[in-house]
Amino acid sequence: MKAFTYERADSVADAARAVADKPGAKFIAGGTNLLDLMKLEVETPTHLVDVNRLPLAAIEDTSDGGLRVGALVRNSDLAADPRVRKNYAVLSRALLAGASGQLRNKATTAGNLLQRTRCYYFYDTSKPCNKREPGSGCSAIAGFNRIHAIVGASDDCIATHPSDMAVAMQALDAKVETAMPDGSAQTIPFADFYRLPGDTPQIETALKPGQIITAVTLPPPPRGTQIYRKVRDRASYAFALVSVAAIVETAGGKIRAARFAFGGIAPRPWRVAGAEHPLEGSTPSEAAFARAGDAVVSGGRGYGHNDFKLPLVKRTLTAVLTAAARAA
Amino acid sequence: MNESEWRPRRPTRRQILETAAALAVLGYTRPSFAAEGNPATPPLPPTDLAIADVPVRLTVNGTAQNLTLDTRTTLLDMLREHLGLTGSKKGCDHGQCGACTVLVDGRRINSCLSLAAMHDGDSVTTIEGLADGDRLHPLQAAFVEHDGFQCGYCTPGQICSAAGMLNEHKAGWPSVVTEDLAAHAELSDPEIRERMSGNICRCSAYPNIVAAIRDAAGETL
Repeated sequence: MKAFTYERADSVADAARAVADKPGAKFIAGGTNLLDLMKLEVETPTHLVDVNRLPLAAIEDTSDGGLRVGALVRNSDLAADPRVRKNYAVLSRALLAGASGQLRNKATTAGNLLQRTRCYYFYDTSKPCNKREPGSGCSAIAGFNRIHAIVGASDDCIATHPSDMAVAMQALDAKVETAMPDGSAQTIPFADFYRLPGDTPQIETALKPGQIITAVTLPPPPRGTQIYRKVRDRASYAFALVSVAAIVETAGGKIRAARFAFGGIAPRPWRVAGAEHPLEGSTPSEAAFARAGDAVVSGGRGYGHNDFKLPLVKRTLTAVLTAAARAA
Repeated sequence: MNESEWRPRRPTRRQILETAAALAVLGYTRPSFAAEGNPATPPLPPTDLAIADVPVRLTVNGTAQNLTLDTRTTLLDMLREHLGLTGSKKGCDHGQCGACTVLVDGRRINSCLSLAAMHDGDSVTTIEGLADGDRLHPLQAAFVEHDGFQCGYCTPGQICSAAGMLNEHKAGWPSVVTEDLAAHAELSDPEIRERMSGNICRCSAYPNIVAAIRDAAGETL
């Protein structure tokens, strides 16, 4: 691990300024991903700003009937919160499907959003990787790419975003609250939070240097059935090959509204409005669900080892929508 | 000396394993080293020169500790290399195996993926701190009773993780295999397995580990 200096931030403004002022500085909260990467010298911050003492660990009701989740709320606390279990089950399920009990106790809401890809080549400093070392090339495109993206990727990077929690938040239309180093606040809709890789895969979010996440807000609980399904190589403690967070409302035997976001297939939680809208007012059917699945991966492609994800998306979505329609 | 004379004096493989396993359950420690406190020299050669030390004050197994550490020191390295508490094990050092699991303010975490400096003011319990004097913690006794190990290397992490997990279950936390999120799930074997998936046992003693935890869960912890 490279040497670094360390400070504990006492206020959000101090933390933001400390990171903005020092090149090579980073925030550390749970640290479960950052320290992992620092040990491998994939991440080499020269200064760490410990934000664990900031007053951002509360889950509060919002005036519009939603929920405001502080940036430092641990994944396990969020998953176990009675309001989340009752009204945002898809989020609770997604959190519980991720990592292990020990990691969820440490990992924070903001840290989960900002975790880096688990692409093997990003982790292997002996291999080219445009995300780790811009301009060096992508080893995954012609390499082992079983876990890689089938949509949203570019010629420079086919890494996936590994979060389960973010997939559920994308389906829930969450918003990310942030503070800027100058003290001003900025709210970023989830749809605008992550960047696609293009030719700058090292830039992953809309956050500017020093900009710090203070909370994630959830709108009032959605109507309908909420399901999170994660397809992976082992039953627990593994990243998703394909996961889907779905919220489906039915009335009179017809689908009134359907929202679904995917994990494991793209550089960010993947949601396609054009796949959801045709289902509104339709009678649930396998054919309609399959068409929605096609729309989700429209324009996508496999890279060899991950070709199986294209049909797997369709099958997983069909299974989840069928279950949701039946439950309603 | 013929074979029949010396053989009984030689410890069997089983006896060696039992001794090793007993040490694993208790969390073997070297008291003389622990009493020395914080060694002046860092135990592992750093890959880069230290540029900063940080004061860390925390409580470990009920004892206050006042240390000055290289900022890079993980909680696990602090416990093992600076306090001589070698019960917590370094398996993968990347949060994948669970051998380093300790309790911080009653919650289980991977001590390898946390900086000691981040735990200033915290209270840490390791495998060495679970027993009440000579009285084993119910989980330790259950692991011995059910033979919940073979080599014993993962055992301190398994036991600390189980202790934290039982607290979580008692608090009503669900797991991904919990059918009804609103209910307080019964601690079935699938629930135990799911909740303990962050602890790997390469000897694959899982059936006995699950049995030990199931048994201990019935006792007041």
